[in-house]
Amino acid sequence: MNDIIIKNITRIVIPFAQVYGIFIILNGHISPGGGFAGGAIIGTSLILYTLVFGREKGEKKFSHKMSEIAESGGIMLFISIGILGMITGGYFLTNIEAGFPTGELGSLLSGGFIPLLMIGIGIKVASTMISLFNLLIDEEK
Amino acid sequence: MKKYMVDGLLIILFILFVIGIFDMPTEASLNAPAYNEVVLHYVNQGAGETNASNLIAGILADYRGFDTLGETIVLFVSVVAVGSVLRTSKHDHEVNENE
Repeated sequence: MNDIIIKNITRIVIPFAQVYGIFIILNGHISPGGGFAGGAIIGTSLILYTLVFGREKGEKKFSHKMSEIAESGGIMLFISIGILGMITGGYFLTNIEAGFPTGELGSLLSGGFIPLLMIGIGIKVASTMISLFNLLIDEEK
Repeated sequence: MKKYMVDGLLIILFILFVIGIFDMPTEASLNAPAYNEVVLHYVNQGAGETNASNLIAGILADYRGFDTLGETIVLFVSVVAVGSVLRTSKHDHEVNENE
């Protein structure tokens, strides 16, 4: 797409969209939102970049190698937290009883491992959206 | 003959399903089977047990963390399935040239 208006607007909008997505993920245990919603916002911002600036530039920003790492890294983070809870607490995905720091109710660092799980889910959802989009675009070649 | 038997069985099944629909609850009720002590436990103890002020996140990531793990694995499997069908790799090009 070779339109100067769309390119400039996209350059302005994408940082705000990504910061908003990170905010939604990190505040998932305090306010409405969470990993799925925030990951979808970050994924759509990456899709917008690929649509406007083309597949080659999008590949530089979020390469296939990086999507492989993010795909498996999100799940590995989730499962390793679960196994950590199993070692210290007795059951898979034990939260407070396993000794995760509880923090003060309502502050950013609270809720045991819930923020960590939200980060893992957010990485997973964002990379899933952009990789599915890239796979469907690359089909014609 | 076989076709009529299949049609008859499907009609009987349809009538059974319609009878089942009429037995479904039509409005919110305190006696509904889904409204049991688990709801009260989540509402009363949820903030204390998970220490997350968003109760939905507490249920999603703490009480039902295994379910959420399944959801992320579904996303992973979807990417793997689409990639295995659509992705064109170097290996495919070599095979196509040899044919």
